[in-house]
Amino acid sequence: MSAREKLNDDLILGKHTYRSINDKVNNVVLNQNSHTIPWAVCFMVGFMLLQLMGLVILWLLYRGIGIWGVNNPSMWGWDIINFVWWIGIGHAGTLISAILLLLKQSWRNSINRFAEAMTLFAVACAGLFPLLHTGRPYMAYWMFPYPNVLAMTPNFRSPLLWDVFAISTYATVSAVFWFLGLIPDVASLRDRSKNPIFRTIFGALAMGWRGASSHWQRYESAYIMLAGLSTPLVLSVHSIVSFDFAVSNLPGWHVTLFPPYFVAGAVYAGFAMVLTLAIPVRAWYNMKDFITMRHIDWMAKVMLATGLIVFYGYLCEGFFSWYSGNVFERDMMRFRMFGPYGWAYWMLILCNGVVPQFLWFPKIRTNLVALFVICQFVSLGMWLERFVIITVSLTRDFLPSSWGYFTPTIYDIGMFVGTVGQFTFLMFGFLRVLPMINNFEMKELLYRMIGRGHGHGHAAHAPEPALAGHAAGDGEEH
Amino acid sequence: MAQVFHPRANVLAKLSLILLATGPVLLLLIGTGVSRASHNTKAGIAADQPVPFSHEHHVSELGIDCRYCHSNVETSAHATVPPTETCMSCHSQIWTNSPLLEPIRQSYKTNTPVTWAQVNKVPEFVYFNHSIHIKRGLNCNICHGSVQQMQLAYKGKPFFMVWCLNCHRNPEKYVGDPDKVFSIYEKGQKGQDREYANMPAEERDILNVGEHTRSPEELAKGEEWVKKFNIKKKQLADCWICHR
Repeated sequence: MSAREKLNDDLILGKHTYRSINDKVNNVVLNQNSHTIPWAVCFMVGFMLLQLMGLVILWLLYRGIGIWGVNNPSMWGWDIINFVWWIGIGHAGTLISAILLLLKQSWRNSINRFAEAMTLFAVACAGLFPLLHTGRPYMAYWMFPYPNVLAMTPNFRSPLLWDVFAISTYATVSAVFWFLGLIPDVASLRDRSKNPIFRTIFGALAMGWRGASSHWQRYESAYIMLAGLSTPLVLSVHSIVSFDFAVSNLPGWHVTLFPPYFVAGAVYAGFAMVLTLAIPVRAWYNMKDFITMRHIDWMAKVMLATGLIVFYGYLCEGFFSWYSGNVFERDMMRFRMFGPYGWAYWMLILCNGVVPQFLWFPKIRTNLVALFVICQFVSLGMWLERFVIITVSLTRDFLPSSWGYFTPTIYDIGMFVGTVGQFTFLMFGFLRVLPMINNFEMKELLYRMIGRGHGHGHAAHAPEPALAGHAAGDGEEH
Repeated sequence: MAQVFHPRANVLAKLSLILLATGPVLLLLIGTGVSRASHNTKAGIAADQPVPFSHEHHVSELGIDCRYCHSNVETSAHATVPPTETCMSCHSQIWTNSPLLEPIRQSYKTNTPVTWAQVNKVPEFVYFNHSIHIKRGLNCNICHGSVQQMQLAYKGKPFFMVWCLNCHRNPEKYVGDPDKVFSIYEKGQKGQDREYANMPAEERDILNVGEHTRSPEELAKGEEWVKKFNIKKKQLADCWICHR
């Protein structure tokens, strides 16, 4: 990939018509030759790591979670760290698809589809960890208040139970939202596909979509309604995840700042992951006209803004542990900075405090290599943040006699690497079987840029954001 | 291009949406139904025993006390299944040639216990003690159903945790006079019509169906028993009471 590309305010570059957009997006799915070696490498590596995870889980089910590094006093280890990390990564998808839709941000159109897919796959990875952490995943239904013969209901006062509801609602709403958005595009694939098997599959998934006005009208209301439902979820899910810590009484966990700071961190990590995927994929599939440098620049800016909020959170944690005057709070901060995990804390400050400052410079925001590297720092930093929060507080609690040290085992590492594999496998599998860019929304965007006449190059001016909303998307589709 | 699906396929699409919404509820209902069915709980299903022992004959017709065979029920955790010697205390004199009793005689001769099939069983992670329940005035039938009517022994009631907790959360609904635990079988014996007629409704209900819903007065009496026994209601439904 070329390291630097020019900035342009148009959201679709190059000379595009409705047909060329349609062909470009559908071609990735319909033309099996459009996938190159990088795709195969990512998919295969993901698949191999997924198999590794399968083995680790099998061994885990056979031996129990003792094979992990979790132990007294470190009851939560990599499993919960990874859980929070993955859940956070998912947030960018929901933010892009729901909040940016309600705010009528046209630049969401080209990135929302795979950001939403990323959300789903990240939640799938995240969900594994608490499920396996219970030690008896086959009893997972006990977490729900079903009419049982035990006279037992879950403990509704426990944030861990709120988590169950938050995550399952999030997964369901995200999946429905994603699927609904896919219907018109899948119908387009059904109409373009020559292969009878693909046509049947896409036809079944399109659920009888004909592109009739009545379909569009219902689609628009359903989509806006789901966006409204998802919007509070963007804020609530990670707030509730943060309650897992904030509701407890442990120094370093019992922090009122956690909900907003976790949400900001989630969006921060999520955008880093979107960029991590978008930068190579747009090059491999030559989607530079749709995922423009403007998109990438704005995503980097969102990352900078949320990164600053997160860093502000670290400063607040430091300040308030001193200002509280509480010996346990002060010691907790001392152990974070200079204790046995001090290296992790300073790495965290480097990754989430120092490195994002480079994003202030437009030259770096438009330098794809630099941006990609920064995104990796951000992902690492967000992982370290959860590591510092969980491990330091658990291994340095009130009683020095119960202090300890947490060491991960190869099974911890295997699970983590395995979920990375699962994520990669699902993501690249998705790129191959479903349209990675929202086809009809791009055509609608083009309509708003050039008007009804069939495209002759791009418009000279940027689209007015106020024009968003899909009401204009009549008969022009497909 | 020809249509992929016939218009009728729309029905399938709608049906799949409906199933998506109702499916989980249906699955839940099926699950709750199956878990409560007697094929799962084994309640009401007679076990295959080496000797077709009839509680009805020995208790209702002959008037043998429960404790004659289940001799440790008042003093130990287990009610205990009687040793062969208990059977032989009578059957060395009567029915000595009955082919049905051959396994008992064999067992006696070879000094090997009869392998009775266990009918009532609590899981291994549950601590249950018979003696304390008898001492708090709980009749056998409250948990085991009306055993004195059973031709072949079966589990009288499904041992659900909700069912244990029903009493452990509200002990006043069941505790009573420990002296009357075994007397109801005497009164209910065949031929004791006058005694049976004079039985209080609660005793008769428990004798016949093992279940009685107490009236407010009876509940007040139950409360008195709870106080008298010094039962700590707040602790009684704690996990560790049974899961030690």
